[in-house]
Order: sequence, then C-alpha cells, then structure tokens
Amino acid sequence: MTDDPVEHHPEDQPALTPLGVPRVETPDPDVIAVGPEMAVAEADVRWTEGDEVIKGRSLWRDAWRRLLKNKLAVFGLVVVILITIASITGPWLIHKTLGFTPDYIPSNDVRLIKSFPPFTGPDGKFSWTHPMGTDNAGRDQFARVLQGGQISLFVGIISTLVSLLIGISYGAIAGYIGGRLDNLMMRLVDVLYSLPYVILIIVLLSMFRSQTPRGQLVLLFVALGAVSWLTMARIVRGQVLSLKNQEFVLAARATGVSTTRIIFRHLVPNTLGPVIVYATLTIPQVMLTEAFLSFLGFGVQAPLSSWGSLAADGAQNIAIYPWQLIFPGVTMALTLFSLNFLGDGLRDALDPQMR
Amino acid sequence: MPRFIIKRLLVTIPTILVVITITWGLIRLAPGNFYSGEKRLPPAIEKNIREKYGLDKPWYQQYGKTMWNILRHQDFGTSLNFRGQSVNTIIRRSLPVSAGVGILAYLLALLIGIPVGSIAALKQNSRWDYSSMAVTMLGISIPNFVLGPILVLVFSLSLYWLPPSRWNGFFSWNVLLPVVTLSAVYMAYIARLTRAGMLEVLRSDYIRTARAKGLSEKDVVIRHALRGGLMPVVSYTGPALAFLLTGTVVIEKIFALPGLGNYFIQASLNRDEPLVIGIVAFIAITLLLMNLLVDIAYAYLDPRVRY
Repeated sequence: MTDDPVEHHPEDQPALTPLGVPRVETPDPDVIAVGPEMAVAEADVRWTEGDEVIKGRSLWRDAWRRLLKNKLAVFGLVVVILITIASITGPWLIHKTLGFTPDYIPSNDVRLIKSFPPFTGPDGKFSWTHPMGTDNAGRDQFARVLQGGQISLFVGIISTLVSLLIGISYGAIAGYIGGRLDNLMMRLVDVLYSLPYVILIIVLLSMFRSQTPRGQLVLLFVALGAVSWLTMARIVRGQVLSLKNQEFVLAARATGVSTTRIIFRHLVPNTLGPVIVYATLTIPQVMLTEAFLSFLGFGVQAPLSSWGSLAADGAQNIAIYPWQLIFPGVTMALTLFSLNFLGDGLRDALDPQMR
Repeated sequence: MPRFIIKRLLVTIPTILVVITITWGLIRLAPGNFYSGEKRLPPAIEKNIREKYGLDKPWYQQYGKTMWNILRHQDFGTSLNFRGQSVNTIIRRSLPVSAGVGILAYLLALLIGIPVGSIAALKQNSRWDYSSMAVTMLGISIPNFVLGPILVLVFSLSLYWLPPSRWNGFFSWNVLLPVVTLSAVYMAYIARLTRAGMLEVLRSDYIRTARAKGLSEKDVVIRHALRGGLMPVVSYTGPALAFLLTGTVVIEKIFALPGLGNYFIQASLNRDEPLVIGIVAFIAITLLLMNLLVDIAYAYLDPRVRY
C-alpha cells in the first residue's frame, strides 16, 4: 500500500469547498468505470438527499433525524443561528433605527460620555435606547456586543476553515501514503503538539504588534489557524488509515485513478462525519482562545471589539459598571455553550458508537 | 521502559531548543527592539546600548551567545525591564505562586470532578446525570476571565466575604477566589471525562465478574471500576497542564498575583527579550517533562500499555 508514487500536482486537485470536500452530485466518472454498484456505494448513498433512485435512508438523513431528537443540540443550533443573524444584521439595524454605530462616541455632549446602566437614559429614567447600557466613552454596549459577536464568530469560523484545509490535506496525505513519510509527518505533529502554543502566539502577537486594528486581526487569524489544525490532521489520518484498504479504494487504484484524486475525491469525503463533529467543537475553542488573547490585550484592538476585549474593559470596571462585563460575558458563554452542545449532539448523531 | 524514557528525552531536548529558537527568532524578526520607544535616542547613547547588549554583532553570534549561556550555564541573562534582576531570580520568585495556584486548582478539580462524573455514570440518564452534565457544559463554556470578575463582584464587592485580589501568601483567603476560578473549567472537563470513562468500564466483562462474585457495589465501583474509568483523566493531565499554564496567565492578571504569567505578559509587552525567552523556555520544559511523566504513569496504571 505504501509503494505508491507520490504525485503532487496542485492543479490536479479538485476545487475544495470550505469543508475541504467536493460535493459529488453526479457520479464520479472514475467510479462509473468500475461498475454501477461501486458508483452507488461511493457517490450516491452518502451524497444525494431526497433522491429518487434510492429510497433508503441515507447516513446524513439518519443523523439529521437523530440530531432533531436531541433537545439540547436543537437548542444549541437555534441559539447559534439566532446569535449569528443578530451579529450580522444587528449593528446595521441599530444604525438604521437609532442612528449610531458601534464606535459612535457622542462628542457633542460631555454628559453623554459616561457609562449608563442598561435601559437608562441620560436623565436616569427608563429608556429603550441602550438596552445593554453604554461603555466608558458612551458607546452603545448592545451595538458593540453584536459587533464583537461578528468578529468572534468570524475568527472562529475562518480559523476553523484554515484548520480544516491544512488538517485534512496533511492528515489524508500522511495516512494514505504511509510509511516513512507518514512517520515523519506525524512526528512533526507530535512535536508541535507539545509546544506551549498559546504562549508562542502571545510572543508572536506582541512582537509583531500591528499599527492598525485590522492588521492585528489578520495576524490573529494567521496565528490561530496555524495551530488549530493539529488535532484535525490526527483525526483525518486515523480515518484514512482505516479506509485505505477497503475495496472502493482498491477499485479506484485498479482503474488507474491518480493518488491525489483517490485522496481527495474518494477518501476525504468518507472522513466527513468525524471531521464535521470536530470542526464544530473547534469553533468554540478558537473563539475562546481569541477572547483570551483579546482579554490580555494582544488580540482585537479598539475601536473594533470582540467579546474578549469587551470583557477586559468590563473586568477593569467590575466594581462600578458590572454590566460592562456581564453582557458580553453572558453572550459569549451562551454562544460557546450552544456550540458545544451542538457539537456533542452532532457527534452522537453521526457516530452513535463513539459515545 | 528505560528505553522509552531515553527515546522521549532525546526528542524533548531538541524540542526545547526549537522553542527557544522560535522565540528568539520571533523577537528578532519583529521590527524595533526594547529601547525603540516613542522617544528617539541620541545616536551616541543608542550606540552604547547596542554595544552593551551585543546588538552590534552579527545575528549568528548573538544567537550563539544566547544559546551558549542557556545551555552551558543555565543562564538566561538579566531582565531589561526589571533592572538588575536576573531572569533566573524572577522565575525562582514567581514560580511558587503560579505552580501553587495551578496545583491547588487541579487538585480541587479532581476532588470535585471525579465524584460528580462517577455518580453521573452510575446513574446514567437520570436527572442527576442530565443536570450535572448541563452544569459541566456551562462550566466549560464560561471563560475564566468572565467567571473571575463575576465571583469577585459577588463574594468580594457585594457580600464582603473574600478579598478581591492581591497576593498574601498561600495561607490566606486571597488564594481561594483565584483557585476556584482557575479550577472551574478543569472540574467540568474532569467530570465529563470520568463519566465517559466510567460508562465504558461499567459495561465491561470484568465489572460483571466482580458483581457476579458478590462484591458490594461500593467495592465494585471504588476498587475495580474507578481504576479503569479514570484512564481518560490521566491522559487529560498532560494537555490540562498546558492549559493550566496559560490559564494562570489570565488569573494572575485578574487577581494581580505576582506569578510567572504576570511577568510574562509584562515582558512581552515591553519586549524584554531575556525574560520572554526565559519564561517560554521554562514553560516548555515543564510541559514536556510533565507529558513524559503522564505517559509513564499511564503505562504504570494500564497494563495493556507497553512502550
């Protein structure tokens, strides 16, 4: 299995969707050549939903049904969707209806540049204008929390996508080619695994401190993406190792399919279950790391906000303005809670034996 | 076994060198350096500083000198920011604080996490199981930098029961809030891991045998099931230590503790090169040695594992 010539033609690789997997709607021509049964086994059963040819229940439908039975996972899914929608549309809506942006500082009136409690106007009476109060500079906390959500979710998703891209390719190549290359590649992962990477990220972020908030954000993406692929690589490698001796791979090899194509069109789609589960659990981890870095002042910089940087401001003023910590903190905890439950639910749904 | 340890140490030492080199490289590759502040220094003074810290020499000589001092004399140099204090002194002074808080937090997490997880596994699908698992998930999801200030708000600023921050030695109430804050996440993880491990073990044949031969439920659980069921917790200790090390960074900042993490943050912000390298190297060494110990313990506890 290991004497396969290693082919590296990047242009050969199929265009990857964000999950690193081409969605095979039409049966793969390579597979068709083997025979109809193979084509069904490889392409259709797993990929077509609501299909007219096969009336059986597909793996994904089954999993979806099991997921819907899990109340906590459904709760998580709903909350994640709601928070995502609120974060994306919220700042814009607030700007349209109330007229201020997350970084709007009321400069014309000194009395407004202070932290108001939730639902309180400048006169100390009840008001709907700032449902989460304002921060020290009089900026609307609600708009800032929602904008922080945008950045936190964005960081989580982008870094997870980077980890998927690197981790899947790395793990699949190591697992399929095997032998000395596999040994070398996985030793490297072991070594990287044992590094105190958060500490190294802090060194990186503090030394290359960017002058602009956006530059710092890009640096953060690079740093988080670069370290979060290790577990993914291990998981994919393990899956590929157990798959690569199965008949459908043998059939593909026998019909002369190239190594790259076998790895990315035949093996990788079959590792999707555990990959999706782990990706769902990576997002909250990355978001937590980002918040941690921003809390310490190495991550997202003002006027941009993330839940971590808002919590840092809040923690400093906890004695006087507790709402500055509580709102971003609770929003973040709720999101992470939901994502974790969703990930757990997906794991139970996609792989009932893995409990 | 000795062969395994030697093999692991042979990988560990180069890894530490790589960590030091990466850190050194990051500091050097970044634009600017310790003395490049807002104020422009007169050229003569800048020249003197460069000479004093050897910055006028080519990079490989500087790198060689740093590495030589570290390897030959275990000397990381003198801190640039904390004048006149050697890095070794700073580490020696701040380590007990971080290590103490970290170890106490981990012990507290074990003390509460294991019973909670075991009971949840023994009463699987009961109300206790569901509620404790929901609570532990909450514990995983609340970042410690949110939990810490909230605990301070409740117990110090509202109830006036505990001091909010500052270090006062180990035998004072000041330790309690940092330790509880730090341990919350580990408590939750350990409870979940214990539950998963116990569930698997409780279904196994040897537990059925133990029950069949008439052992009391207490003996079955404590003497037989826990030993196998705690394996995931043992293997979690390695990664947990890594997170503990980074966790203390935040805890020390929130509670103003004079620990390693606090010094590390200040050193990074001030580009205090010797101190940054020293602390990173120290953390890496601790981490790698702890991982090795965990692997040894694992082989000792699980007879199926042989290296």
